[in-house]
Amino acid sequence: MNPMAVQCRDLHKTFGVGEDAVKVLRGVDFTVPRGEMTFLVGPSGCGKTTLLSVIAGLLNPTGGDLEVLGVPLASLRGGTAVEFRRKNLGFVFQQFNLLPALTAAENAAVPLLAAGWKRKAAVEKAESVLADLGLASRCRAMPNQLSGGQQQRVAFARALIHEPHLIVCDEPTSALDAETGHHVMELLRQAAVRPERAVLVVTHDSRIFPFADRIAHMNDGRVEKIETQSGGPTC
Amino acid sequence: MRYIAWQMLTGDRAKYLGLIFAIAFSTFLMSHQVSIFCGLMNRTSSQIDDVEDANLWIMDAKTQYLDEVKALPDQDLYRIRGVEGVQWAVPLFKGSSRVRGQDGKFRGVILMGLDDASLVGLPRSVRLGDPRRLQDPETMAIDETGYRFFFPGEPYTLGRTLDLNDHTLRIVAIINSSAPFVNLPVVYTRYTQARELVGRERNQLSFILARPAPGVTDAEAIRRITERTGLKALTANAFGWETIWYYIQNTGIPINFGITVVIALVVGTVVAGQTFYLFTVENLKQFGALKAIGVSDGRIVGMILMQAVIVGAIGYGLGIAMTAGFFLATGDNLDLRGFRMLPEIMLGTAAAVFLIVFMASAVSVRRVIVLEPAVVFRG
Ligand SMILES: Nc1ncnc2c1ncn2[C@@H]1O[C@H](COP(=O)(O)OP(=O)(O)OP(=O)(O)O)[C@@H](O)[C@H]1O
Ligand SMILES: [Mg+2]
Repeated sequence: MNPMAVQCRDLHKTFGVGEDAVKVLRGVDFTVPRGEMTFLVGPSGCGKTTLLSVIAGLLNPTGGDLEVLGVPLASLRGGTAVEFRRKNLGFVFQQFNLLPALTAAENAAVPLLAAGWKRKAAVEKAESVLADLGLASRCRAMPNQLSGGQQQRVAFARALIHEPHLIVCDEPTSALDAETGHHVMELLRQAAVRPERAVLVVTHDSRIFPFADRIAHMNDGRVEKIETQSGGPTC
Repeated sequence: MRYIAWQMLTGDRAKYLGLIFAIAFSTFLMSHQVSIFCGLMNRTSSQIDDVEDANLWIMDAKTQYLDEVKALPDQDLYRIRGVEGVQWAVPLFKGSSRVRGQDGKFRGVILMGLDDASLVGLPRSVRLGDPRRLQDPETMAIDETGYRFFFPGEPYTLGRTLDLNDHTLRIVAIINSSAPFVNLPVVYTRYTQARELVGRERNQLSFILARPAPGVTDAEAIRRITERTGLKALTANAFGWETIWYYIQNTGIPINFGITVVIALVVGTVVAGQTFYLFTVENLKQFGALKAIGVSDGRIVGMILMQAVIVGAIGYGLGIAMTAGFFLATGDNLDLRGFRMLPEIMLGTAAAVFLIVFMASAVSVRRVIVLEPAVVFRG
């Protein structure tokens, strides 16, 4: 197995054409190893979310090479790209993006339902994942009955339930207070980091930097330096 | 995924009920108004349909429809009888009269004078009595509406009398006739009796009812009649339609009903379509999340169509049930006789409703298809 979950070489992304063109990614060279938690940090507007979307296959790059889990993403078309995401990626969003009409357990079960699981089996599995994240008693709650931290934990469960090999998170703590943010990151580290899996977290919340194995600093459309926190995360 | 679509749809109770109500309302409006319209139009020709014994209606060339007649001279009857291929021909008087009830109340009635010997032209459905007794002097048959008007709340009995133009006639039969366009009672007597009642005018032969001889088609008989006599002859069916068309072309009825139906369609499309579209747009972020997570466009389209079909089917069912309920509840009301919901109207309304719903979902589907899943990362 390729030890690198993500490999970007000279990746470019430009929005629009002609005079309105905005060059957001300007030659990103970047790798994300398995078995670790990698943070992508940098000033606002430098292109972090854009890079994450490209890596997750939600945006097409305008130039460069991108391999995710050993597959050149450019080779995937339409339906196979969707299926690749469904099987191999887990998503965590800043605004949680839970479906308000589904219970916590049903929300966590969505990737399995999308894969064709029976609802009962999927919800049972979701309940056990939620239990690992300390939400055993809230499985039947609706999202609007949960606190922000609890909602984000449901979102973690949704990202983890189908055991993907790459988890992408965009600002997972910025809608939470410091204490809750710290707590959910602790849980995420515990639950998500596995030898075969890479976790990529975009953030500019420096208080959670200690959770990272490595931190990639991005500026003006490029990854400028990658620092490894020697001896692993400091908390 | 079907479960998720269902939960998304019903999760927001208020919007869900709003959608269903909008569709039910326009379903009701459309099916109800079209039913009333068809019922009214049917009424214009119902008295023609009630005459089941004769195939042909013969009239003055200037007579355009049932309710406004230029009478023929009596000898026309003999001319028609002389046409080769006519098996028989009988007179029919159609006019109006005033009846004074026992309590002195007056009411206009439609007066039908039937051939003395054959009584051709009398509806076959007799509620009470023996119509052959009409051949006795000073007798009449009356329809149920008339009986209930002149003897309100009383059981049907024969032998009672009513005064028509100073003649006292005895009721020998109560007839179950179709509702005429003008909602008046219908009185049947012999042709000669009717002429006596109305008096004065020289020509009183409103129509001649005839039947072609065996082996002669209606069309052939009609051709011969017009050739020989210059009179206008029509099959009962054609005359019925001609009467309906007369009302359609010469009254505001179709336009008014047409406007209501168009309003129902527009309200249905705008309210139901708009609500459904807004519903999808408000859920765009959720659909975006599903797309990012790896739900294919095809399945999302399936979810939206399923939501549309559910809303359409429930709304349509409720609306049609409301219309059916209306006609059931008014079924006993004699003034609303003849109004009912035809299967064609149910089907037509269903088509209109599903057109509305599919147009709305097509627009919604478009929004979701072009949606970039990357929006889920934007705040
Ligand atoms: N769809 C788009 N069309 C045009 N420009 C875009 C689009 N998406 C992003 N941009 C631009 O790209 C730049 C980088 O955006 P991006 O969201 O990647 O930044 P970011 O590093 O995530 O910032 P933040 O920390 O504020 O979230 C911004 O200038 C933004 O306006
Ligand atoms: Mg961002």
